[in-house]
Amino acid sequence: MLEIPVVRWGKEYESMSKMDVVHFETGKTLARVHEANAGLIKMDMKKAKKAREILRQFSIQELVDKCAVAGELYENATLPLGNGEQDPGSFCNMQSATTGLPEHMCRFNMTKNAFVMKNMGEILNALTRGLPYDILTNGYGMEDRGVMVSYQANCDAAGWVLPSNSPGVHTLWLPVIPLQMGLVLKPGPAEPWTPYRMYEAFAQAGIPREAFCLYPGGADKGAELGGAVLESCERSVIFGGLATIERYHGNPKISAHGPGFSKIILGDDVVDDWEKYLDIMVDSVYVNSGRSCISCSGIWASRHTAEIADAMAQRLGPIAPLPMNDPNSGLAAFTMPGAAKAMNGQIDDGCKSGAVTEATSKYRDGDRLVENERCDFLRPTVLHVSDADDPMANTEFMFPFCSVVECPQDKMISKIGYTLVGSCITEDETFSRQLLDATNIDRLNIGEVKTLQLNWLQPHEGNIIDFLFRARAFQNSPPPPH
Amino acid sequence: MSDQSLDQKISQAKEALDQHVRDMVKWHFSPETGCDFWLDKAKTLDFNPLEDVTCFADCKKFPLFEDEEFRGGPLDKWIPKGLAGKPTYVFETGGTTGIPKSRVVIEDHWIDYENFSDTLPDEHFPKGANWLMLGPSGPRRLRLAVEHLAQHRGGICFCVDLDPRWVVKLLKKGKTDEAKAYAEHVIDQAVTILKANHNVQCMFATPKLLEALAMKLIDDGSSIEEAGITGIFAGGTEFTPQWYRFCKEELLGEDVYITPTYGNTLMGLACGKPFDPADNYKITYFAPEPRAVIEVVNFDNYNEVVEVGETGRVKLYTFTKELFIPGFMERDEGEREEAIDVYPWRGISGTRPFHELLTTTTVGVY
Repeated sequence: MLEIPVVRWGKEYESMSKMDVVHFETGKTLARVHEANAGLIKMDMKKAKKAREILRQFSIQELVDKCAVAGELYENATLPLGNGEQDPGSFCNMQSATTGLPEHMCRFNMTKNAFVMKNMGEILNALTRGLPYDILTNGYGMEDRGVMVSYQANCDAAGWVLPSNSPGVHTLWLPVIPLQMGLVLKPGPAEPWTPYRMYEAFAQAGIPREAFCLYPGGADKGAELGGAVLESCERSVIFGGLATIERYHGNPKISAHGPGFSKIILGDDVVDDWEKYLDIMVDSVYVNSGRSCISCSGIWASRHTAEIADAMAQRLGPIAPLPMNDPNSGLAAFTMPGAAKAMNGQIDDGCKSGAVTEATSKYRDGDRLVENERCDFLRPTVLHVSDADDPMANTEFMFPFCSVVECPQDKMISKIGYTLVGSCITEDETFSRQLLDATNIDRLNIGEVKTLQLNWLQPHEGNIIDFLFRARAFQNSPPPPH
Repeated sequence: MSDQSLDQKISQAKEALDQHVRDMVKWHFSPETGCDFWLDKAKTLDFNPLEDVTCFADCKKFPLFEDEEFRGGPLDKWIPKGLAGKPTYVFETGGTTGIPKSRVVIEDHWIDYENFSDTLPDEHFPKGANWLMLGPSGPRRLRLAVEHLAQHRGGICFCVDLDPRWVVKLLKKGKTDEAKAYAEHVIDQAVTILKANHNVQCMFATPKLLEALAMKLIDDGSSIEEAGITGIFAGGTEFTPQWYRFCKEELLGEDVYITPTYGNTLMGLACGKPFDPADNYKITYFAPEPRAVIEVVNFDNYNEVVEVGETGRVKLYTFTKELFIPGFMERDEGEREEAIDVYPWRGISGTRPFHELLTTTTVGVY
C-alpha cells in the first residue's frame, strides 16, 4: 500500500491518523495518507523563520533556475511518493481517479503547472514589474533610476489551503519558493498528488526540503487543519465558496479565492456578428469541464441572446459523460455524494422563473443529472435569461454551465457583479474605457480572448507580490535638501 | 497481581452488574422510592420492570431513552422519592439556542469523581495539590465535579470563566476571529492562575484548551511542566490517538502525566486504560460499571452488541439511585474492546462523532 506521510519542514512524520484516498469509480484504495492535526501545524509554524533563512542562502535567480529543473522533473520524471514512486502517467491516472477530472485534463493541468515552473523568471519579472531580485532578498535597494525602494516580506512562510477539484490552482503558489518564503500546504482531501509531486520535484532540483510543510487530512479535518494554517501563517490563501470569501473579506492575512463568475461580454458594435465568436464562447464554457474560476459562466449581450443560447446549446447539449481515460472525455465527475444532485435542483428551481429558459434540454438525450453508483455527472447546460436581475443571470456551477443574459450595454457593467475574468469583445472606445474603469472586473480582456486563455505574466486575483510583501519607506542616508 | 483469572473477574463483574440492575430497578420503580417520570413511564410499558427485569440484558426490554425528555420542567419529576428533600443541583447540556437539557443531581457527581480519583496515580496527582479546571463554567456538571475531585484529594480548585454557548454562537455566525479572541481570554485566565504561586499541580482540560495553553506557555518561553503541572486528565472525542501522541511528545514532555477520559452529564466518567507503549496510543475507555455501562452496538440494530474489534454506535446506560437510563444512544461511535484486568468488562476505543451526525455538530472552543 502506498503510504504518504505528513511533511514537517522537510521531515516525514507518520501520523496515528490515516485516511484512504480511493478511486471514485471502483472504490479501490490508491493510497493511505497520514493526517496532520492542528497542533502539529501550530507548533511547526513557530519555526517558520528558519525556512526563510534557509531559502535566503540561495539567490532568487538560483531558486528560479531550480524551479525550471523542478518543472521538468514534475512533468517527466518518475519521482518518489511516500513509500513508493510515481511516473507522470500514473500521476494523471491517480489524479483523475480521485478528483473525477478526465485524464487528458489532468495532463493539460500538469503541462500548465510545469510551464509556470519553467518560466518562473519571466513570471516574477512581470509580477514585480521588473524589480531587481536583490531588493526582495535584502528588503531594500536602489533602482537603476536612482530611487531607493524597500519591500518587506509579510511572512516567513505562506500557507495554502487547497481544494480537491481543481488541479490548476497549484500554479498560484509556485512563486512562493523562489520568493524565499517557506511553503505550507494543506492539500485537498482527494488531491494530495500535485502538492507531493511538486514538493518532490523541488527537492530533487536542489531546493531544501526544510522549506516545505505538507499537512494532508480528510474532509472531516478540513476545518481543523485549514483553520490552523490560516491562524498560524502570517499570510495564507484559501479556496472555497462564497461563504468562505465573505468570511475572510477584509482580512489582510488571508486571501480567499472562490467562484470567478467569469464572463464574456459582447459589445453592441459586434453583437450582430455573434456567430463569429461562437467558438470562443463554447470553449470558454466547456474546456476543463467548466471546473474553474476562469471558466465562463455568463455571456452578456444586448440582443440575439436567444439565438446565441440556442447555438451554444446545439454544440454543448449533446455532450455526455465518457470514461475518464477517453481522450474525448469532456465532463468531470462529481465524486462528492449529493453535490451534483443539489446543483441540479438549484438549476431546476432557477428555471421556474419566467425570465429563464433552458436552451440545452431539447438537444440533450436524457436528464441533466446522470447518477452512477459512485459518482454523478451534470451534462452541459445553457440558460437564456431575459432579465439581468434574475438570480440565474449571475450563477456559477462547477460544470459546463452558462447563462446567456440579455442586458442593454449601458447597464452591463453595473449588473454583471464581481467578475474574475471579463472577456469583452468590442471595438467601441467609449465602452472599452468604461470597462477599463470598472473595478468589479478583475482580469480584463478586451478582444477575442477566451476566459481560460490566461497570460501567466499577468497577476491573478490580486498580485501575489503585493500580498506577500509590503512596500515601505527605507532610508540609509538623509534626504537631499528640499 | 491478582489471584483471579480475567475470566473469573469478568464473571464476577457481570454478576455484580446484574445484581446492581435489579437493585436499581427496584429503587426506581417502587412507588416509595422511584421518581414520577419512571413511575408514570412504567404504566405505558408492556412489561412490569419490577418482575421482568432481572439482569442487565433485560434492560433491552425498555424503549430507547430519548434525552429530549430532559428539555424543560418541571424537574421534580426526576427526583426519586427516596431522595426527596436532599439538596439538589441541576446541570445542563446544550442550550446554545432554545431550551437546554437538564439533569438533576444530588450526589452522583461527587461519587463518580471520588471513584475516578481512585484511578489517578498519586505521584502525578499529589494529594493536597491544587487544581486548575480549564473547561466550561456555568451550569455544567464538569465544573463542580472537578472542584469536588480537587477537594476530595485535599486540594483547592481554581476555575476560569468559559461560556461555551457564546463560542458556539460565534462560530455558527462565522465569527472565527471573535471566537479566537474569546479562547485567548480563557487562556489568559489560566496563565494568570498558573503564574500566581497557587501551587497548582493538577489539571482538567479539554484537548483544545490544553493545546492552546501549552502553546501560549511555549510562546512565553515556559511550558506546562515549568508551570508546575505534573498531572492532567482531559476528555472529549478530540482526544484522539494522534493528539495523545502529539501531546505527550511535543506539548508536555516525558514528566507530565496525561490520561484520557470519556463522559457526559448522563453517564459520569469513563476511565482510560492506563498508558502502555504497546498500545501505540490507542485510547480505550471503560465505563464505571456497575453505575454506568457503555455498549458498542450495531448501527442498524441498537439492541445488538457488535463483536470485539468491530465498529458501532455508543449506547449508554446509567444505573444510580439518582438516575435510571436503560439505554441511550450517544452521538459517538467507536470500536468494541476486550475486558482487561483492571476493568473486567466491555470497553470502547476510537471514540469519535457518530458519522451520520457529523454535519450537524458545531464543535466549540473547548
